[in-house]
Amino acid sequence: MSVQISKASPSAEVVGPHRSGFLRTALREHKAAVAGLAVIVFFVVLSVIGPYISPYSATAQTCAVYAPPSAQHWLGCDDGGIDMLSELIQGGRVSLLVGFAATLISMVIGGGFGILSGYFGGWVDTSLMRITDYLLVIPDLVLAMVIAEVWGASLLHVIMVIGILEWTSTARIIRAEAMSIRERVYIKRTRGLGAGNARIIGRHILPQVGPLLVANTVLTVAVAIYLETALAFLGLEDPGVTTWGTILNNAFQRTAISSGAWWAIVPDGFVIAAVIVGCFLLGQAIEDTLNPRLKVAHLSVRRWRLRPLIGRGEDAI
Amino acid sequence: MSTPHAAPSAAESLLEVEGLAARYPVRRGLTQVLARQTRRWVHAVDGVSLSLARGEMVALVGESGCGKTTTVQTISGMVTPSSGSIQLDGAEIVGLSERRLRPLRRRMQMIYQDPYESLDPRFRVSQTLVEPMLIHGIGGSRSDRARLAAEALERAGLAPAGAFLDRYPHELSGGQRQRVAIAAALVLGPDLLLADEPVSMLDVSVRAGVLALLDALRRDPGMGILMITHDLSTAAHFADRIAVMYLGRIVEQGPAQTVVRAPRHPYTRALLSVVPDRDPRKAGTPQILTGEAPDPANVPSGCRFRTRCPVAEAQCTTADPHLRFPSDATDPAHEVACHLA
Repeated sequence: MSVQISKASPSAEVVGPHRSGFLRTALREHKAAVAGLAVIVFFVVLSVIGPYISPYSATAQTCAVYAPPSAQHWLGCDDGGIDMLSELIQGGRVSLLVGFAATLISMVIGGGFGILSGYFGGWVDTSLMRITDYLLVIPDLVLAMVIAEVWGASLLHVIMVIGILEWTSTARIIRAEAMSIRERVYIKRTRGLGAGNARIIGRHILPQVGPLLVANTVLTVAVAIYLETALAFLGLEDPGVTTWGTILNNAFQRTAISSGAWWAIVPDGFVIAAVIVGCFLLGQAIEDTLNPRLKVAHLSVRRWRLRPLIGRGEDAI
Repeated sequence: MSTPHAAPSAAESLLEVEGLAARYPVRRGLTQVLARQTRRWVHAVDGVSLSLARGEMVALVGESGCGKTTTVQTISGMVTPSSGSIQLDGAEIVGLSERRLRPLRRRMQMIYQDPYESLDPRFRVSQTLVEPMLIHGIGGSRSDRARLAAEALERAGLAPAGAFLDRYPHELSGGQRQRVAIAAALVLGPDLLLADEPVSMLDVSVRAGVLALLDALRRDPGMGILMITHDLSTAAHFADRIAVMYLGRIVEQGPAQTVVRAPRHPYTRALLSVVPDRDPRKAGTPQILTGEAPDPANVPSGCRFRTRCPVAEAQCTTADPHLRFPSDATDPAHEVACHLA
């Protein structure tokens, strides 16, 4: 067991079917989720402390053009003689920032649309879902290209495009959940007590859909980073900013392949893939934990064991 | 156990329901709308009148789909009645806006059938108990509310309260959950409890305890309790009066013992005949009603029970019987809606 439990307070140890411990459950039951979380945490920490541990400047020339990896420059140098490792660290900061900022936007819009639409139903539901449908059918890459062309290539535009386009599936999932929660007896009881809509949504619906929102959001981070990289690679991003996508674009445009400078491409591609896979592993594990229907569908391949009623490990009953 | 009360006079009446009706529209398909077919209605509650005094427990019995739950939901303000009047302590509540209704909601609290569903699984017991106080602005400080919550919990029979306040619903048994739900109703100090089959989802072993709790509540603080049940023996044992519902209307009501010992309406007789006796040798002939209850969107003409009535006569198809005191009644508070009673 990778999870340590304090023995100090027995009442706090009781773990049951309520969802507040969803992250812990996901991590306990899916080893891949631990790896995914580790990857994400690693890159987030690296981005935060990046400026302090970065060996060279990410903008100034510190070695020869396309210098191969060496003891001084672990990942070699790019076409401008800039240290690749420093550039990767700097690019990660921006890429992750774009990913998380866009995800935050999509989480707020998607969660808001989903909850309002599912909770109120009727014409609110109809009109919000029509808007969602329209956005759902817009191809994200195409819209992003159009916006980059019209408003100019900038990080802010990339964040906006991803944030505005990626919430639709979240909204639909949250809507379905909100609709089912709305019909629960305890919601009716709370309404019967005289509670207003704001209280019911804030205190009862939101905490209930929260974990689902998080699971979706983690998956959206992966999509956002992927989309950002794709846009940058297509040259639709401010070329003055270093991101993992622009690094890839630069290497591609400036003959890194024909020069045999694999170090300008492979490490960058690897970190992009690692972060995306990490997000998917974690997101899917959380989704799996939250959605009991997925469990039933996998009955045949799942290991079954009886979960103890109280306690865990050796003091389980 | 139960002492038969006389029918309450208007002065001491807590709840007075008069001619209450609630209906739901039947969904029409697009073709029906285009063909201008008139909208049909399910008359879930169709002219129910009943009264309830402080300290009195009235049992509403009847088979599934007869409108018991809709009646109670209409009284609690969750379903809007199409006509009729509901008075709580003489104050009319039909037609009040949500804002005006809110202070009255505090005075009547609902208890639901399924204690596994009626508590938020993410709320600790203390949160469930404090929430009604927050909604109604009761209890000045956090510690005041905590004290009131603990008091309510102990009144509901979960003592010591400290052992339960920090638990989640899934850590409690069904009976304990139902007691928490009752405590959550008690924190507001209601005058009227509306209990929708409060024990039908509970184990038989804990039913008596919960029912005894309700019985105690109506005696000590003198709450009025309107309890839905389809268990006639429970009703006979705990309630002061029984009202039997059939297809949205009360067909017989009176003191519990009278209704159970000397039922006048053929429907009540049929219901009672299928209640198993404790003594297996005394098994009477159960009078099984044939068929389903008619579609409430399409109520039979005349007496609504005639399609299933074993003693129906010609007049039953034309004249709709109203609740009246039978001429030869032994109990003056016993009302029956049957031509032949």
